[in-house]
Amino acid sequence: MSSLAVTTVDLARLQFATTSLYHFLFVPLTLGLAPLVAVMQTLWYRGGDEAWLRLARFFGTLMLINFAIGVATGLVQEFQFGMNWSIYSEFVGDVFGAPLAIEGLAAFFLESTFLGLWIFGWDRLSKRVHLATIWLLALGTWLSALFIIVANSWMQRPVGSKIVDGRAELTSVWELLTNRFAIWAFIHVILVGLTTAAMLVLGVACWHFLRGRNVELFRKAAKLALIVAVPVSAVNLAVGSHLGVVITDYQPMKIAATEAQWNTCGPCSFSLFQIGGFSEDDQTPAFDIAIPHLLSLLATDSWNGEVQGMNQVQEEYEGEYGSGNYIPPVRTTYWSMRIMAYAGTLVFLVAAVGAFLYRRRSLERTRWFLWTGIGAIALPYISALAGWLLSEVGRQPWIVQGLLKTADANSPSVGTATIWLSLAVLALLYGVLAVVDFVLMRRYARLDPPEVGGEGDEFAAPAVGY
Amino acid sequence: MDLELLWFCLIAILWAGYFLLEGFDFGVGMLLPFLPRREEDRKAMLHTIGPVWDGNEVWLIVAGGATFAAFPAWYATMFSGFYVALLLVLCFLIIRVVSFEWRSKSESSGWRSLWTWANAIGSAGASLVWGVGLSCLVSGVPIDSDGDYAGTFWDLFSPYTVFAGLAVVLLFVFHGATFLTLRTVGLLRDRADVVARRLALPAAGLAAVFLVWTVVVAMDRNDKDLFPPVLPAALGIVALLLALVFLFRGRNARAFAMTGLGAISVVATLFVSLYPRVMVSSPDFENSLTVDGAASSHYALAVMSVVALIFVPVVLAYQGWTYYVFRRRVGGSPELS
Repeated sequence: MSSLAVTTVDLARLQFATTSLYHFLFVPLTLGLAPLVAVMQTLWYRGGDEAWLRLARFFGTLMLINFAIGVATGLVQEFQFGMNWSIYSEFVGDVFGAPLAIEGLAAFFLESTFLGLWIFGWDRLSKRVHLATIWLLALGTWLSALFIIVANSWMQRPVGSKIVDGRAELTSVWELLTNRFAIWAFIHVILVGLTTAAMLVLGVACWHFLRGRNVELFRKAAKLALIVAVPVSAVNLAVGSHLGVVITDYQPMKIAATEAQWNTCGPCSFSLFQIGGFSEDDQTPAFDIAIPHLLSLLATDSWNGEVQGMNQVQEEYEGEYGSGNYIPPVRTTYWSMRIMAYAGTLVFLVAAVGAFLYRRRSLERTRWFLWTGIGAIALPYISALAGWLLSEVGRQPWIVQGLLKTADANSPSVGTATIWLSLAVLALLYGVLAVVDFVLMRRYARLDPPEVGGEGDEFAAPAVGY
Repeated sequence: MDLELLWFCLIAILWAGYFLLEGFDFGVGMLLPFLPRREEDRKAMLHTIGPVWDGNEVWLIVAGGATFAAFPAWYATMFSGFYVALLLVLCFLIIRVVSFEWRSKSESSGWRSLWTWANAIGSAGASLVWGVGLSCLVSGVPIDSDGDYAGTFWDLFSPYTVFAGLAVVLLFVFHGATFLTLRTVGLLRDRADVVARRLALPAAGLAAVFLVWTVVVAMDRNDKDLFPPVLPAALGIVALLLALVFLFRGRNARAFAMTGLGAISVVATLFVSLYPRVMVSSPDFENSLTVDGAASSHYALAVMSVVALIFVPVVLAYQGWTYYVFRRRVGGSPELS
């Protein structure tokens, strides 16, 4: 019986992990590309330079192809809380449900309605009103990120609530919305979105430079992308590191596992790379490269700051929550943090080199960099997915930190066969979506941006529509 | 003030909005392979719903989110219990979403016809499941004493619920056809008119039987009296008969208003028949989930009420404005110059 129950939870987790990561392949690009396209259209509106209009429509098409799958896979996210995690849903609905419902009312209506207006409204709205629609669309995407992050942050650090009759109840919506965890996580996600979009714009520009096509046009796009990517990716490294400090305060076990730090240290060195040292039976790495004091600095903002070790937190939690294993999968959290951070740093380096070359006016001729720029499109994605793995795996065994364990949260009425069925169906469907989406994105990224106002001005009968 | 009742009504309104709005775009989707003779007409049909279908679908998403927030126990039992049905809905909606975006991305006729059918099947399938699923709430499903679903996928099907599913499908096709008579021109408009007239009697008849049956089921299974469920049911029957009359008199705008009212009445009848329960348990009636038993705390409901009070009017205003912006009819050939 118990082994069967474990399997159900495992399958439900596997489904949640795969569908969420998949969904998040599409979210950051939407978060970043919507405002970038809005900026392009604004530059056209204010300066009258048709190059910006062409770019807005060109990248707008990519945004739409991407947006469609974000919407489709977002539906799955909303439904599967109830489908696979009914005990969780009943436990948290009073608190977690509120931001979700508000997200629908305040953000989803805004996004979807103004997206329709933007696509089909080119000839029906005045230029000024049409420009407003893309900004409202961008606002909608950011609001939706805000509310879902508020909901997720409550799982990481439950505030503004109390437990009544075995259920969480909301006591202060203000505390929920101003959760320190939520504020930093929201900023982090928005900056990830902007970085993802800027690197995509840069990469597409690089492709066109390599082919020697539309060079003048894409030089403008590359400039905008670099102006965004360089500072945003740099600031985001700092924001991400500050989020680490916040996590240290509320989820010491997550930080300890992320650093494979078995025993409390202070000052603590930061492990860049290590072999071994990832399990209770093997707490000392066979080989490692570490930088003294860096972990203290990252986790506590001070030179000699103390960071708790897993053994100590485990002992503390056993006293607080009873016996059990409170250590998350160490190897996964350790490496996902490093992949996230290293990929994030590489993004900054690529962008910085790009900016340097741009200023020397040799960007479009530096072939090795152009290939790098195309490859670098993948980096923000890798970084973001690793970040979510870290955030969610690092919270285990809790589904809501300190309140409810993942193993106790799934649907009692749903058996393994049912979840296998849905896993198989969704995997097949998502697989097809991924292939078609990739093919379409690649094809539309390689097209010449449409001319404006000529005979072949297809977009009035929306090139980005049907 | 009774916030539990308020949120029960709000969720009913969200479903009613969903049936009213997505109802016609599902209908257009289901007519897509059959109505037009030429590719231009098919494009024109898609253009009639292009700017709005996504916003229409959000009514469903918000209904789901509101159920999660206001009635966690209802959300938990319904979504875990109707698992396979909801998985089907997800598949139908996903292929439909991408069909809109991807259909135009290649000139190949095979590709286009693939996504035409994907849209039609997605629309029909989702309508069918919603009809079956919502009617199940009234006719009852097995629920155990912990409030968990105790049945299988097949427990969702009974003559009544299957009939409900078919009635909803036909109603949406009819609603979509009256919508097209308003939003298209020329041959396409004429064909939509013919289809709407042909569908009027069967759609109204099926819906009428379904509405009466729902009242009977509510009295039998959910301890309801004839009043008040009979009121929205009667309203729905009258609306659909009027739709028929208006259609044959060439008053298409009024006919569309009446098919819309018919769609709203279906949801109203189901929810009035359901109250004060949210999910009827059968055979163990005492295990039924109730509005009060499944609701969130007063504070959470109060917070969300304030949010709804602010945002619902704003949403209605800009969605209404969208329909105003795209009020012009869509022709077979681009009328965009």
